[in-house]
Amino acid sequence: MTTVGNGGRHGPDGGGKPGSGAPLTLTKKDFASDQEVRWCPGCGDYAILSTFRAFVPELGIPPEQMVFVTGIGCSGRFVYYMDTYGVHGIHGRAPAIATGVATARPDLSVWVVTGDGDALSIGGNHLIHALRRNVNVKILMFNNQIYGLTKGQYSPTSEEGKVTKSTPFGSLDHPFNPVALALGAEASFVARTVDVDRQHLTGVLRRAAAHDGAAFVEIYQNCNVFNDGAFLALTGKESKGLNQIRLEDGEPVKFGPDGARCVAVEFDGTLRIADTADTPEELVYVHDSGHANPAPAFALAHLSSGPTEPTALGVFRDVRRPVYGELMDRQIALATEKLGRGDLGKLLHSGDTWVVEDGGVPTGPLPS
Amino acid sequence: MPTKTVEQKERVVVRFAGDSGDGMQLTGDRFTNATAVLGNDLATLPDFPAEIRAPAGTLAGVSAFQIHFASQDIVTPGDAPNVLIAMNPAALQTNLRDLEPNGTLIVNEDAFVDRNLEKAGYASNPLEDGSLDGYRVYRVPMTSITVRATEGMGLTKKEAERSKNMFALGLVSWMYSRPTDVTTKWVEKKFNRKPDILRANLAAFRAGYNFGETTELFAHTYEVKPAPALPGTYRNIAGSTALAWGLVAASVRSGLPIFYSSYPITPASELLHELSRHKNFAVRTLQAEDEIAAIGAALGASFAGQLGVTGTSGPGLDLKQETISLAVALELPLIVVDVQRAGPSTGMPTKTEAADLLAALYGRHGESPLPVVAASTPANCFDTALEAARIAVKYRTPVILLSDTFLGNSSEPWRLPDVDGLPEIDPHFATQVNHDDGFMPYLRDENLARPWAVPGTPGLRHRIGGLEKEDVTGNISYEADNHERMTKLRAAKVAKIADDIPLLEVDDETGDAELLVLGWGSTFGAIRGSVRRTRRSGKKVAHAHLTHLNPWPRNIEEVLRRYRRVLIPEMNTGQLSMLIRARFLLDAESYTKVQGQPILAADMDEQITRRLTR
Repeated sequence: MTTVGNGGRHGPDGGGKPGSGAPLTLTKKDFASDQEVRWCPGCGDYAILSTFRAFVPELGIPPEQMVFVTGIGCSGRFVYYMDTYGVHGIHGRAPAIATGVATARPDLSVWVVTGDGDALSIGGNHLIHALRRNVNVKILMFNNQIYGLTKGQYSPTSEEGKVTKSTPFGSLDHPFNPVALALGAEASFVARTVDVDRQHLTGVLRRAAAHDGAAFVEIYQNCNVFNDGAFLALTGKESKGLNQIRLEDGEPVKFGPDGARCVAVEFDGTLRIADTADTPEELVYVHDSGHANPAPAFALAHLSSGPTEPTALGVFRDVRRPVYGELMDRQIALATEKLGRGDLGKLLHSGDTWVVEDGGVPTGPLPS
Repeated sequence: MPTKTVEQKERVVVRFAGDSGDGMQLTGDRFTNATAVLGNDLATLPDFPAEIRAPAGTLAGVSAFQIHFASQDIVTPGDAPNVLIAMNPAALQTNLRDLEPNGTLIVNEDAFVDRNLEKAGYASNPLEDGSLDGYRVYRVPMTSITVRATEGMGLTKKEAERSKNMFALGLVSWMYSRPTDVTTKWVEKKFNRKPDILRANLAAFRAGYNFGETTELFAHTYEVKPAPALPGTYRNIAGSTALAWGLVAASVRSGLPIFYSSYPITPASELLHELSRHKNFAVRTLQAEDEIAAIGAALGASFAGQLGVTGTSGPGLDLKQETISLAVALELPLIVVDVQRAGPSTGMPTKTEAADLLAALYGRHGESPLPVVAASTPANCFDTALEAARIAVKYRTPVILLSDTFLGNSSEPWRLPDVDGLPEIDPHFATQVNHDDGFMPYLRDENLARPWAVPGTPGLRHRIGGLEKEDVTGNISYEADNHERMTKLRAAKVAKIADDIPLLEVDDETGDAELLVLGWGSTFGAIRGSVRRTRRSGKKVAHAHLTHLNPWPRNIEEVLRRYRRVLIPEMNTGQLSMLIRARFLLDAESYTKVQGQPILAADMDEQITRRLTR
């Protein structure tokens, strides 16, 4: 339970920021809708929903100030389970719809929940442009590396050679690296986490929520029906200690039992995984998500070719950039200051006009 | 110096034609403004190439602007020009066929050199070979006089030559006794930061004017008296500007900020340009990454409580249809403007057509009904935009507004409305829980419209989406009877709008017409002009014009059955006529034209006369 500020100005004319005003007590129940949650039993989405509901009250944002926008796919159902405002849109277009919501109403807290097919295949264009513009939306991409809702075709994050219903001889496609893609799209916040690690997921969500502007969070999510165990290397009791590379700001990046392995800086500026014992301390990469240059984050994204190997988790990048909706509000304010508040009569009469006087002039149109 | 005589004219059609680099649109636009200020009624039609900079002097690069002005009420940009100004051989080659027999042809003699003649496909110089004998030809060395007139102003020869359009404007302004101060003032304002260019343009304009007055080449000047008009303040307005201002007016009259989201596409980009200038009306404009994002963001803005609008042309309409169907399911206000152009596919982007009617009505999967309105004249674009907004907001529905290239680009005088007299639009946001069991997002009002509860409103939190919803609660439902009920409710809501729109009016002077011409969209001017003209020669013909294409006015069938014959002219291959025939089992006749050019009053004269000659 958290005691927080209530509201902030709301209304279609925008303005204000969520989370200020009179105190309000919120619990996870305030955010749970009355709809029965229906994913396949054992789906990773349950864990994400449960963590999210437990986390969200601490933001102090009243549920009516939150908007969820989702697309098509298993992730799309998320919207029905949050008792906030929400739009379940069409395939791939959630970032576009959310761009409209967030730009029209900078006072709202806007979240997109999407999947690897929804965000990276059919909706790839909207994702990169929302990130580029730095629209104030938090984009949670549930990556299960498979098409679940359409029953098991390979996705744009499936590994090469993946055998699925649509690729009985193996997939020929090279997968996207979602974190690298987001960084390439000039995202101001990029993170990666896993469905079953409640604490890590909560920490990443907290950072994303606190970020001003677009935040992209890739959440590895197990599809136990069509792609079970895809992230076992990062979630298994034994294996996770070996493979999770946790990124902590200001800390040298070491992982494995007793920090036996580390991320080392190469002389050409790239990063590689090395044995800590063989690496001089000054060559162990020290993480800085606020680095002005996205290159280190990009290099971290490429430490592994997929989640079956040691893989970086945490906040890759978190930098400040002007936020789209606020920029637009400012532009409107400046234009209003310069031109005066819009006056329709004045607008219609602007430029060359002429007056036809009353009297003596036939009224009514004449036939030509 | 011989005295020049002044000859009275009732109506004149002038066409300026030249290379796209010659500034013909600007020349036409300036001539139009001087004409408007003089009080003539007028209508204009620009015709420019799709290429931004086609090779100079080629047929593909010809740009033209036609203006019809008169001392009477007129409704079309005119058919055959009385006067053609041809700045080069290519302009002559492409435009001469339209000039009336014995019409006036003014050519820039300097441009008729071998290289240009060759580019225009002339084997010999038409100024020399007698092929122009059927016209009154005036050979004016416009380029060289302009260069001489601007000597000593510090311009390069090329810069000086560029002012020759102002020379042409000056000459034609003199011929038709246009006031010079309107143009002079405009030049002074436009170029006040470039004194050299300002002086050169004024010098060229005066040189053209004086050339007419002093040379013996022209014996007459013409005068077209002001047209009688209702008292009021007037301005000249192009369709695209009127449409954009109509949206601004809808915002002012509803209190809803406009959120205009669009992807650049000819000829709809003008709307984005115009609206982005009006940020001081709290207009938000977003140049989206694609057509789908454009409508997605507009729909998102509507969900958030603003008036989402997107504009496009045919290819973009295709891409937006899935989101339009989402808007049909969400039942949120949304305006989709389609400035139609010739298709299919890329088609002819700068040429007009009105062939998206069926796409607007039926271009989506499933049963996906929505209201469709169409503007009929440039000034009417203003009213139609307001009407689209009124319907969208009141009935919580996407509305498609059809315009076209011809309407968007052409202009006419507009008697400015009184702002306070414009319709008020009440957004009527939901503020209270509407049911004992909580807020029901699909509990409908007497118009069958659902509540519009915007984020931030306590107690009304709800989720909506493209999945079929349960009646009243809005929860997901796959129940058989519910789907049928919702399908019928969505259709009934749109059909019911017919109670809330004006009845179809008929222009039937004597009430005994035998032929009814039923039009929609930009054919209004051609039909109205022709119906009046043919009526004067005894034809019993009436005209009715549809603004609402879905639903139709309640009395449409009764009106149609009143006449022995019904003719439906369209800039497509018969889309409305197919609908009328199917709906009423009525033997409506179709006249169609798909040439990328508007239907002309002369086309209509022929169609009407043919049907009424016994």
